[in-house]
Amino acid sequence: MTRPLTLRRTVWTCVGLTIVLLGVVLLALRLGAVPFSLEALGQNVWWLLTRQTDKVSTDFRLIMVEIRLPRILLGILVGAALSVAGAGFQALLRNPLADPYVLGVSSGAAVGAIISMLAAPRYPWITPLAAFVGAAATIAAVYLLGRREGQLDSSTLLLAGIISASFLSAIIIFLMTTLASREIRGMAFWLMGDLSTALPPGLLWIFVVFFFAATGAIYTTASDLNLLLSGEREAMHLGVDVTRVKLVVYVSASILTGLAVSVSGAIGYVGLLVPHVIRMLFGSDYRLLIPTAAIGGAIAVVFADTLARTVVAPTELPVGAMTAIAGAPVFIYLLRRRLA
Amino acid sequence: MTEPGVSPAARSQAAASGAAAKPPGVRVNVEQASYSYTVRRQAAPIFTLEATTFQARDRELVAVLGPNASGKSTLLRLMAGSIAPLTGRVELDGFETSRLDPRTRAQRIAMVQQESSLIFPARAGDYVLQGRHPHGRSLWFEKEEDYDIANNALVQVGAEHLQDRWMHQLSGGEKQRVVLARALAQQPLVLLLDEPTLHLDIGAQVDLMIRLRRLAEQNRYTVIVVTHELGLAAEFADQIVLLHRGKCLRVGTPAEVYRQDVLEQVFEAPLDVVIGPEGRPHVQIQGRREQAHI
Repeated sequence: MTRPLTLRRTVWTCVGLTIVLLGVVLLALRLGAVPFSLEALGQNVWWLLTRQTDKVSTDFRLIMVEIRLPRILLGILVGAALSVAGAGFQALLRNPLADPYVLGVSSGAAVGAIISMLAAPRYPWITPLAAFVGAAATIAAVYLLGRREGQLDSSTLLLAGIISASFLSAIIIFLMTTLASREIRGMAFWLMGDLSTALPPGLLWIFVVFFFAATGAIYTTASDLNLLLSGEREAMHLGVDVTRVKLVVYVSASILTGLAVSVSGAIGYVGLLVPHVIRMLFGSDYRLLIPTAAIGGAIAVVFADTLARTVVAPTELPVGAMTAIAGAPVFIYLLRRRLA
Repeated sequence: MTEPGVSPAARSQAAASGAAAKPPGVRVNVEQASYSYTVRRQAAPIFTLEATTFQARDRELVAVLGPNASGKSTLLRLMAGSIAPLTGRVELDGFETSRLDPRTRAQRIAMVQQESSLIFPARAGDYVLQGRHPHGRSLWFEKEEDYDIANNALVQVGAEHLQDRWMHQLSGGEKQRVVLARALAQQPLVLLLDEPTLHLDIGAQVDLMIRLRRLAEQNRYTVIVVTHELGLAAEFADQIVLLHRGKCLRVGTPAEVYRQDVLEQVFEAPLDVVIGPEGRPHVQIQGRREQAHI
């Protein structure tokens, strides 16, 4: 047998991608309205690490530690979460075009998040929970609407997702008109996907814990997902507990989408684009795809956010606009190639 | 209902025995198993497979024979354990197949489906490795042993040269062999095949059936083939289970089951049955060209 996927190859691929991620993080730290040289960056980080904090300039502390670093960490988590969720939905729905944004799952999570913000503004920790409920309800609806004579039909499913997304967007607009005009701009920015609002520390830890729990849960089903892609019946005959695996992926991918949307709004196409590029580079084995898609998603979002901060500096674009500009054409390309 | 193909002694023995006291050598025991499909609860069933009884031993090739919509695939799904019988029981070595957990089931029963669709392209070698899945744990990478077993499976079906080819670029016959290799990689006791000759030309059909015979012998499999190919079943099967509109009409050797009146009724075609010198029946279509001229 040739080209085996081994644990060693998986680990080394992840290490390689992590180095790329570190490079992108370094770039993101340097660039911005106030650029820093690599030298100054290294010097200040050294001082921070050796606890010579008095030598660190206030500029550096303010811009790097208070603004850019939290934003980059948020980008890493959101990108990884969306990308793993996309890969999960693709296996669950047996559709390579599945993505939280395209299927309306992000919009569902956004509706949940907005309702919780309106109804209980004093309890920010309810927002991710409400976003999860919104995501889970939407994917359930899309799944049921996308069935035809008991079979999951690929085009019907995509249509169901797009219709759900547009229906939910209407609800979002309806909810937003009830807001005071001052809040609308912030909300609109958030909806398009935005990483500029730093998380309260408590919420960040909830995010980190749930991200690793949900990604880990999906990863335990990785070799089952490989088989699920060739059909549920076939997977069952090869020893996959289909009901359990689908439930695990369904809940975990909804959690990841809910988390990502609740902190950063609807950043589109990451869950579609990243797993697709990863498949082209490393093959479609989920045992390799899940971890590499997580790191790749982090790279994509941090990079996109850096562009969003710098292309029209000092003004900022929402990062969701950047990912949609890159993602929508790729989606069309994939769709046309499948129909051809 | 009656099953003339099974001797009365064997039937009473099967009826009287539980799981423990089954006749020696019997691997698959289908006993008065029935099933019916309904659209909704309490609605009239849209299809019913009536009580079916037969036994299959190891090294035996059984053909489940019948026209379309006769219940063949339902019977196969019952044996695969993916559905549980409404009445009666379907057992593998004394265990009810539908009660086994999916992993254990896949270690003992391998299924070759009519067609499988792949969303992402796969190479034949990787496809065969999927057969090792029921033998691995959840976070699992294939061991050297798994590669050897997959390789042997490809050799056994004469497809080792295909391992680096993409599945969607293979011909029907080549693909069928790779799918069969994946089933062998499961190292099962029972091999179930759903219309395996459907999209094959006659050469590939005969090649596949010879291969299945040989596998039953060499690997001590019980091979159960669902088919509507009268000729192939007569030539290669040890035992025939004849189904018609959800009823199990006859069970027995090809010579016992192939009666002209029965086959004509089941397949709704004018047929001649000739017993060959080696005792196997041959089925011919009766020439009734005058009907075409009316």
